Amino acid sequence: MTRSTPLIEEHRRLGAKLVPFAGWSMPLQYSGIVDEHHAVRQHAGLFDASHMGELEIHGPGAETCVDELVTSRISPVVQDTENEKIRPGLPVGKGRYTVACNTQGGILDDLLVYRLAQERFLVVCNASNHEKIQAHLTQHVAQYSNATLTDRSDELSLIALQGPAASSILSRITPAAPTTPFHIQQAPDLGEETLVARTGYTGEDGFEIFCRNTDAVPLWQKIMQAGKELGIQPAGLGARDTLRLEARLSLYGNELTEQTNPLEAGLGWVVHLHKPAFVGLDALRKIKASMTQPSQSTRTLVGFEMTDRNIARHGHVVVNAQGLEVGEITSGAPSPTLGRAIGLAYVPSEWKEVGTAFQIKIRHKVGTARVCATPFYKRPATLGTP
Amino acid sequence: MANYPNENLYTRDHEWAREENGLVRVGITAYAVEQLGDVTLVDLPAAGTDVKAHDRFGDVESVKTVSELFAPISGEIVEVNDALESSPELINEAPYDTGWLIVVRPSDPSELKQLMAPAAYEEHVGSLDG
Repeated sequence: MTRSTPLIEEHRRLGAKLVPFAGWSMPLQYSGIVDEHHAVRQHAGLFDASHMGELEIHGPGAETCVDELVTSRISPVVQDTENEKIRPGLPVGKGRYTVACNTQGGILDDLLVYRLAQERFLVVCNASNHEKIQAHLTQHVAQYSNATLTDRSDELSLIALQGPAASSILSRITPAAPTTPFHIQQAPDLGEETLVARTGYTGEDGFEIFCRNTDAVPLWQKIMQAGKELGIQPAGLGARDTLRLEARLSLYGNELTEQTNPLEAGLGWVVHLHKPAFVGLDALRKIKASMTQPSQSTRTLVGFEMTDRNIARHGHVVVNAQGLEVGEITSGAPSPTLGRAIGLAYVPSEWKEVGTAFQIKIRHKVGTARVCATPFYKRPATLGTP
Repeated sequence: MANYPNENLYTRDHEWAREENGLVRVGITAYAVEQLGDVTLVDLPAAGTDVKAHDRFGDVESVKTVSELFAPISGEIVEVNDALESSPELINEAPYDTGWLIVVRPSDPSELKQLMAPAAYEEHVGSLDG
């Protein structure tokens, strides 16, 4: 049974090509992937991300519960006892990109965790992992006598407004917009439970707006209307994928799986090994220790660009000089911004230096690529915006 | 909406074939273009290569996906649309015109009889759209 978001009629009206995605009928594209991609880079794009899961953990034990669920700091951490160096936890009104691991250190999902109040957290998970994360959280939260889990996915919609014009557009419809990245605040004028977060998945400035399902259509129409003169376009999953790839943001099922750990996936920055406890901590400490031994053969996620006309894609195999499989392509596409084919791949760690050339088996042919610096695209710094 | 000109014959795999003075021009249909989205790369064999009906002769890649090309007829490729190398978007803009792929000198012109007429192809496409 395919589910649809409250915005499906809006998508149809806007000429979307709808495709099944993680059990949902979602827009792949409207005017075209490349056109929408450029619109987001140059002006603004509006995405329906209502398929994603939203789960709340609340109660006096919520902080500890969430802290032990994810690899990042949610509670403050004493990193250096002698110097009493304390790293702060997650303050109220802020969110953090993080991952939840299994006990082996494999990634269950990448998440955004927001602290809505001292004892109230919002966990946003991928649609493709919603059932798994719901089950994992149910089991995890049950271990804490004073924390409660509420799955709010069925009542909440999520709309992402992304692009350099996002801030101007939003300011036309509400004064309630967080000014710094990863901050979240209520926007009561857009709906009783509407929350605006300064986050996104495109490499551009922008907002992700959570609202009740009943507020989703008016909100979508309001934003489209407000953005009309500023070049806003509806954007689908296709553009979302090329945009996130250029910004080197990982996609679960591609770069991240239960068979990959956050350290090899380039997510060491979200793993805080000084924390006293979290699911997967012991395993990740061991993995970290083994990574420093030169004898250990490890793999690393790198960005690459094709040096011939080929386009490597998810699932293609990285081969060595003997033609043997030594790695895999996790994502690959022609980059609309750069005009050449780019991608992400797991390769032997000794190949991680920028400029390293390697070969990829692409169906019946062999393509050539080289490791390059990431992100592939970084938005120009502008004064006054985060 | 997709359209299927009367002068062409069609395959189940969404190629079109058009007889031109004993040669057969080949391309992909408006339906295929719609499914692919923005075409970014076309991989075709060189002129002089033999192709066999129903066999893969190249690939067309879009931002989102890659699709194999199957020959509608057997024979020798006598011309390749070189313009696609620098302008693959011609396929999106004019799939039946400047977005053509190859011209084949058929080894057995009677193979054309196995291809679909526009009405039959349109029906075939209709059965694919759920």
